[in-house]
Amino acid sequence: MTPQTPMVDKPLLKIEDVEIAFSSPDEADIVAVRQVDLTLTAGKTLCLVGESGCGKSVTARAVLRLLDQNASISRGRILFTPPGEETVDIGALKSDSLSMRAIRGNKISMIFQEPMSSLSPVHTIGDQIDEMIMLHEDLKPKEARERTVSLLDQVGIPGPRERADTYPFQLSGGLRQRAMIAMALACTPNLLIADEPTTALDVTTQAQILDLLKKLQDDYGMAMLFITHDLGVVAEIADEVAVMYLGDVVEQGDVFEVFRAPRHPYTQALMRSIPTMARKADRQRLSPIKGTVPSAKDRPQGCAFTSRCPHAFEPCPTVRPERTQVGEGHVARCHLLTQDTTRAEELA
Amino acid sequence: MAVDSLDTPVKLAPARPVRESQVALMWRRFKRHRLALVSLWIVAAFYLVALLAEFLAPADPGAYSARYTYAPPQGLHFFARNEDGSWHFGPFVNGYKTEIDPVALRRTFVIDETVRHPVAFFVESEPYRLAGIIPMSVKLFGVTEPRTPLYVLGADRLGRDLLSRLIHGTRISLSIGLAGVTLSLFFGIVIGGFAGYYGGWFDSAVMRVVEFIRSMPTIPLWLGLAAAMPRDWSALQTYFAITIILSLIGWTELARVVRGRFLSLRTEDFVTAAQLDGASTWRIVTRHMVPNFTSHIIAAATLAVPGMILAETALSFLGLGLQAPIVSWGTLLQDAQNIRTLATAPWLLAPGLCVIVVILCFNFFGDGLRDAADPHGR
Amino acid sequence: MVQFILRRFLAMLLTLFAVSFVAFAIIQLPPGDFLTSYMASLAAQGDQVDPRVIENLRQQYGLGEPYLVQYWKWFTGILQGNFGQSFEWKRPVWELIWGRIGYSLLIEGMAVIAMWLIALPIGVYAAVRKYSLGDYLATIGGFIGLAIPNFLFALILMYLSFVWFGRTIGGLFSPGFENAHWSLPRIWDFLQHAWIPVLVLATAGTAELIRILRANLLDELKKPYVTTARSKGLPEWKVILKYPVRMALNPLVSTIGWLLPALVSGSVIVSVVMNLPTAGPMLLRSLTTQDMYLAGAIILLLSVLTVIGTLISDILLAWIDPRIRYGSR
Repeated sequence: MTPQTPMVDKPLLKIEDVEIAFSSPDEADIVAVRQVDLTLTAGKTLCLVGESGCGKSVTARAVLRLLDQNASISRGRILFTPPGEETVDIGALKSDSLSMRAIRGNKISMIFQEPMSSLSPVHTIGDQIDEMIMLHEDLKPKEARERTVSLLDQVGIPGPRERADTYPFQLSGGLRQRAMIAMALACTPNLLIADEPTTALDVTTQAQILDLLKKLQDDYGMAMLFITHDLGVVAEIADEVAVMYLGDVVEQGDVFEVFRAPRHPYTQALMRSIPTMARKADRQRLSPIKGTVPSAKDRPQGCAFTSRCPHAFEPCPTVRPERTQVGEGHVARCHLLTQDTTRAEELA
Repeated sequence: MAVDSLDTPVKLAPARPVRESQVALMWRRFKRHRLALVSLWIVAAFYLVALLAEFLAPADPGAYSARYTYAPPQGLHFFARNEDGSWHFGPFVNGYKTEIDPVALRRTFVIDETVRHPVAFFVESEPYRLAGIIPMSVKLFGVTEPRTPLYVLGADRLGRDLLSRLIHGTRISLSIGLAGVTLSLFFGIVIGGFAGYYGGWFDSAVMRVVEFIRSMPTIPLWLGLAAAMPRDWSALQTYFAITIILSLIGWTELARVVRGRFLSLRTEDFVTAAQLDGASTWRIVTRHMVPNFTSHIIAAATLAVPGMILAETALSFLGLGLQAPIVSWGTLLQDAQNIRTLATAPWLLAPGLCVIVVILCFNFFGDGLRDAADPHGR
Repeated sequence: MVQFILRRFLAMLLTLFAVSFVAFAIIQLPPGDFLTSYMASLAAQGDQVDPRVIENLRQQYGLGEPYLVQYWKWFTGILQGNFGQSFEWKRPVWELIWGRIGYSLLIEGMAVIAMWLIALPIGVYAAVRKYSLGDYLATIGGFIGLAIPNFLFALILMYLSFVWFGRTIGGLFSPGFENAHWSLPRIWDFLQHAWIPVLVLATAGTAELIRILRANLLDELKKPYVTTARSKGLPEWKVILKYPVRMALNPLVSTIGWLLPALVSGSVIVSVVMNLPTAGPMLLRSLTTQDMYLAGAIILLLSVLTVIGTLISDILLAWIDPRIRYGSR
């Protein structure tokens, strides 16, 4: 809808070197996310992939400053540049400040994993969407409701006018998630963060929701930060992909690049764990990644993947690998890529 | 979807070298609650006082002396500074002198600090039977000179020693709490057990009755029942009647707990397994189910005691519970009903303090037990 | 919703029937029937006993007839507004009690409102600022509030006010206003007296409500819909008040159902201590003088009011919780 400004010198959202730590009264701080760099541009989708607990949700919530009280962004910047406006460092804002609240829902909005528990069970769908619209735009309740109805229609909810007066528990999971999406889009945000929006849905509904998101993205021209652990979903929706492991972004790049030629051992292992369609005789055993994810407390100083990496060598446990350019807009953090050329060959 | 709190029975860890009984396990968990543990000791101390009432009380609770109406508390002193600056050691109480209140023109007692009556421990006394059984003739403490007043906590209208009455009242009030709960527990286990084990119409009938009783305001009901007691009943008869009246309503909560445990256990696999093995109903209930919920029952019963004590106190306070010759916290508080009396003799509120402390401790103790019995619950 | 209310209403009628049975049983408990006591009391005052009056009363109450017949006569009488005769006061029971029941209802209603007004902000504060100083104070205060029996609390308050300010608190009106008609100054006088018993009555319930509200709210604050509300850009106070507090209220409303019996119980004894012109002191007096029809009527009415209050709280719950209103769960 909104024509893209040709000056693409500044990306919409630039997460630079962000570290997020959780404090607790009787234990040492836990660094859930360390050194994350991500870049989002308008109209594009970045998928954040990783196992549960790797810090992808925490990263996404940090963008909206929705982290719990005991979490803090201890380093780095989150630079947000809405089209035609000044850049703000979200990381430096107070989480309940006026300027942060003006961004939430209005410029950046979010869809959550559980459409049931993420909507208030005692308010109607319409109420909850109206509230968002009236909060950010100077509209009368009637006008807001008109917008709500057209939004519900747009996300493919049949009978939107009547459905606006229903409660979440009266809708199916798919419809609920559509309502959630309608709410997120209510103020035509520049960036939509989707935190595993399809995980709680069954497979056919999943596909419909993904199609809907893709279509809406085309219509609205917004950027999307899509969080998932499902590589199938990544292949479906992503333009770019960032792979996270235990608080680190280990590899990032164009989705085709990364899928075709993963350069980090973890990404490679992930790719190998996707089942492929084959006749029974040709089927191969999946090779799961050996070992289990250590807790953030036991993470080595260097590369987080050291304990499970088949190629680990001397510098891995102690030295943090640098971001290394391995292709057009394709970076990875692995010592193999910088230090040991022979092994790098072998990896490639 | 809200995650249901898991309410599974405690399973013993197989690796534990010594197999602990339910009670031992519960005790281990209970000890972790500091407040509950302290409360347990306080409650235990109160019960010890109740048990040893005759030995601890310096005077007979009924012994009166018109000379010392509303005598203020003497306290118990262990050392004092003499006029010449030297120190006096050894327990004593001060004597009284009378003053005429210039405003009310009344005779009032004032502590006379110049007079010291020595107090000794383990003094000879009139022979009595401890707890009605053991013959003894020694009291914990008393005055050595004859005919000296000893009112550590003050005296009431008839010049009776409040401390002695409080100690004897403790016996009645605490025992009525226990007796009431025991009786309630009996009804609760039988009725709740049958309802929970057999289910069906009997269960729903019982539950309706329980709901009905719980929806009624209790004090008016208790009052109504207590008022129906014939006035000429003996002390013992009233005591038991009050116990029965209290448990008429008290059984409902315990029946609910028992039934709930039975219902949840009935569908457990190990019960089904026992049934498949051909165990008799009696065996299943006593060997498999009861051991699994004794801890819950103990906790629920403990939490029911303060309610009983409170109910007895309230009834007696209103004059419809225990009657005059019997001394309980409630009957003692009856003397404190008049505000003007209270203003001259505020120590009459001491039984109220006991009520509050015991109730508070029983609540903490019971909460601790409940947490220990059900580590998965909240 | 209609079906829900209807079902509840039927259940309530059954309960009321049972209540009346219990009340009648209490009337019947003391040895001897009431006419014997009545005649005794008349004779004690040296009044002439007219045998025709006695025979009339015997007919009216079905004395000497089977228990159930007597009950039925009493019960149908009540349905027509005839609660029987008080033989201590020699007047119809209804005349004696309606004003007092009214004050009971007023004081208890005010106590319920006070409970909510006090418990709500404190409970929300204690949950939102978990483990803060205020939270600890609220918890400690709650425990003490639960442990102090309310009649003792009333006694202590009266004692303190007498010692510190030299005045007795008690009653609901100053002497000058006792029998006056309702007017603004009388209402003001009433409020000046009533707040103390209301506060005393509300303590235990308030403590309980704070405890429940805090626990509920702590659960609700962790729910994802709170994050959703924050992600909309709502200010924090609005997020908390509109969503989790609203949700935590649901289970709280249902607690009225069992707070009410305790409240009515408490009001009887507090009224005696504070000498309020409510049903409590009259109940006590009628029981000590074995004025059983009066006592039975008061017990019946207090129980009926409790049951009706519970029904109202049930309906309220259904009304504020759409999940019950629309029959889900």
